[in-house]
Amino acid sequence: MTATLRPPVSACPACSAAPAAEAMAALDVADDAHIVLSLPTIHCAACMAKVERALNALPQVHSARVNLTLKRVSIEADPDTTAADMIPVVQGAGYEAHELDSTALSATQTDKAGRELLMRLAVAGFAAMNVMLLSIAVWSGAEGPTRDLFHWISAAIVLPAVGFSAMPFFRNAWTALSARSLNMDVPISLAILLALGTSLWETSLSGEHAYFDAAIALTFFLLTGRYLDHRTRSIARSAAEELAALEVPRAWRVTADGEDHVSVADLSVDDLIRVRPGGRMPVDGTIVDGSSELDRSLLTGETLPVYAAPGRAVSAGEVNLTGPLTVRATAVGRDTSLHRMADLVAIAESGRSRYTSLADRAAKLYAPGVHILSALAFFGWLAFSGDLRIALNIAAAVLIITCPCALGLAVPAVTTAASGRLFKRGLLIKDATALERLAQVDTVVFDKTGTLTAGAPELTNLGSFARRDLEIALALAEGSSHPLSQSLTTAARDAGIKPATVTDLTEVPGYGTQGRWHGQSVQLGRAAWVGGTATSQTAAWLRIGDTVPQAFTFTDRLRDGAEDTVRALKEAGLKVVLMSGDTTLAVEALAGRLGIAQWMAEALPQDKSDRIDAMTRDGAHVLMVGDGLNDTAALTAAHASISPASALDAARVASDIVLLGGSLAPIPEAVQTARKATRRIRENFTIATWYNVIAVPLAVAGLCSPLIAALAMSASSITVSLNALRLR
Amino acid sequence: MNILTYLIPISLVLGGAGLGFFIFTLRSNQYDDPEGDAQRILSGEFDDHPKP
Repeated sequence: MTATLRPPVSACPACSAAPAAEAMAALDVADDAHIVLSLPTIHCAACMAKVERALNALPQVHSARVNLTLKRVSIEADPDTTAADMIPVVQGAGYEAHELDSTALSATQTDKAGRELLMRLAVAGFAAMNVMLLSIAVWSGAEGPTRDLFHWISAAIVLPAVGFSAMPFFRNAWTALSARSLNMDVPISLAILLALGTSLWETSLSGEHAYFDAAIALTFFLLTGRYLDHRTRSIARSAAEELAALEVPRAWRVTADGEDHVSVADLSVDDLIRVRPGGRMPVDGTIVDGSSELDRSLLTGETLPVYAAPGRAVSAGEVNLTGPLTVRATAVGRDTSLHRMADLVAIAESGRSRYTSLADRAAKLYAPGVHILSALAFFGWLAFSGDLRIALNIAAAVLIITCPCALGLAVPAVTTAASGRLFKRGLLIKDATALERLAQVDTVVFDKTGTLTAGAPELTNLGSFARRDLEIALALAEGSSHPLSQSLTTAARDAGIKPATVTDLTEVPGYGTQGRWHGQSVQLGRAAWVGGTATSQTAAWLRIGDTVPQAFTFTDRLRDGAEDTVRALKEAGLKVVLMSGDTTLAVEALAGRLGIAQWMAEALPQDKSDRIDAMTRDGAHVLMVGDGLNDTAALTAAHASISPASALDAARVASDIVLLGGSLAPIPEAVQTARKATRRIRENFTIATWYNVIAVPLAVAGLCSPLIAALAMSASSITVSLNALRLR
Repeated sequence: MNILTYLIPISLVLGGAGLGFFIFTLRSNQYDDPEGDAQRILSGEFDDHPKP
């Protein structure tokens, strides 16, 4: 009965469920997994075909396309496909593959701006070519109606072309004027508009001189400068984005029914997170289960691993070394100590913006000068001849001749050439004014851990052990993946030691490894566990039976090229300083080894940036080279900054230049190139000024024809570009 | 000089066609992977079914 009483309701579950399912299905289809992998080793047509064929053979992959320029493959696949499924396939095809976080790649956005600029450049180039052809006829003596016809055709081409191409200049000039200031775009816009206005007037009166060709050529040259500038910056930005995207933030969350692999963004406070050995802490929290050792060098600069047991607080960014840990999150995402460091960076950043680039300084001198000169010429001729038409013509000629065509190319052409050269050497210039600031540097401050050292320990006292002890130590060390054990294993193997037979080998996470040898218990591990005396040096202790424990001591291995870099910088007359959060003993030892006279140990992040501020107040221009979170504030406070690609994301963001390779060797060369680049920029300004000094008197005297304007403009632009190319 | 009435429009149309084709290539993402495209043309695999 009830069923018949409610037919609409009982009929409805099915009819409402079906569309819902359809909608869900539609949602799933729209939500295809979009996976981007970085393929650093790919280089040829065969590689591309091989990777694409391997990926397209999988049933769940809809399409895969390799981009050889960016060395990436983008894959469209079924919704539940992950990068972890794809990487083995590509590796099976014989290529290295790394997952890229596709949300961190916003290349499309930058591409759009670049494409728009290229379109404007193409339109300006097309118009300039045609108008120049017509102008040559006029310059070679076309007269009367022919000249008028050519002028009108030029006007018909140039007016719409300028309206479209020169839009960015007009927009910038308007923004500057409405803020009651002057920038380079104001004289540019004024010159273009005045030239077009007077030329139209002249043409309508069948006049001899029209500057349509000058107006469009000016737009074309200036757009070339803008485009070069944009391209340099977008290459740097996309390379920096790729570095950031390589670190996909994932974590294992412990739930009632096992472990989930989730994005760090989805974690919340009080979640239990499992951190495996070798993993980085994704959150701030306290350890609830497991014991291990933590490497905090990226946060504090200390090289000695810290013992970790339940109850200990951990911060995001620390690396878990030996045993698995379960951590209860106390702060996630923006609230973690990793992100709180950003406040320090923000404070330091306000100081950075005080730097005015060479181009801005030139513009500040130049923009008012041009306007005054052209206004003087206008009023002078108006008073002298009393003819508005002549006066306006001359004012337009002065503006065109002085227009910063070469000035607009002077800086971008040099920075493009210099950044290209440095990029080939493995240096990524992130900031537009970084090269100029790098050229002024007279003091270089290095961080120790992870910058001058590679962050990998190296055994120092292999020779002071008996062969028997080394054999036991090797056997114990081979049972662990702890960095000290691994370093010990390599050192002993290289010395030709064979492991002794040790039974019952077990690793005690956070302490060390133990076993039995000829009935005696043997242990290799932390001082407190083995019974040694703790030292400030990184050490692993070995105890055999009841004998007195012996210490294997370690130092950090130097990064490639560290010694040469420090020597080259000192030879170039720069002051080298070492600042580290590590212990005095470790810092002093390294400073002695590298011959650095000035060093500072146990420095807190605030100490580092304060010290750099103090140096800056004393008139020094400091280059900071660092990688850790404790360096971010110092990196931002310094005049210029460099960080290696292995640095934390926060440090890379804070620095102007990123070292892409493992070696420090490109740094002295970067300083050299930066100095050379700044010299070229100054030379370019001089060249552009000389062209003006010669041509402006002609223009003011009223002797300047459109032919002279076109010659001066093209010649100065080409000389400036060629001068910039000498840098390569 | 009457030849100009033909020559000028012709040169403008040809130049304009060039500009139009350039804009077409720009809009159809042909500058996204210049190196890859230069290599792809050497492989026989895409002769019959060009990659979209």
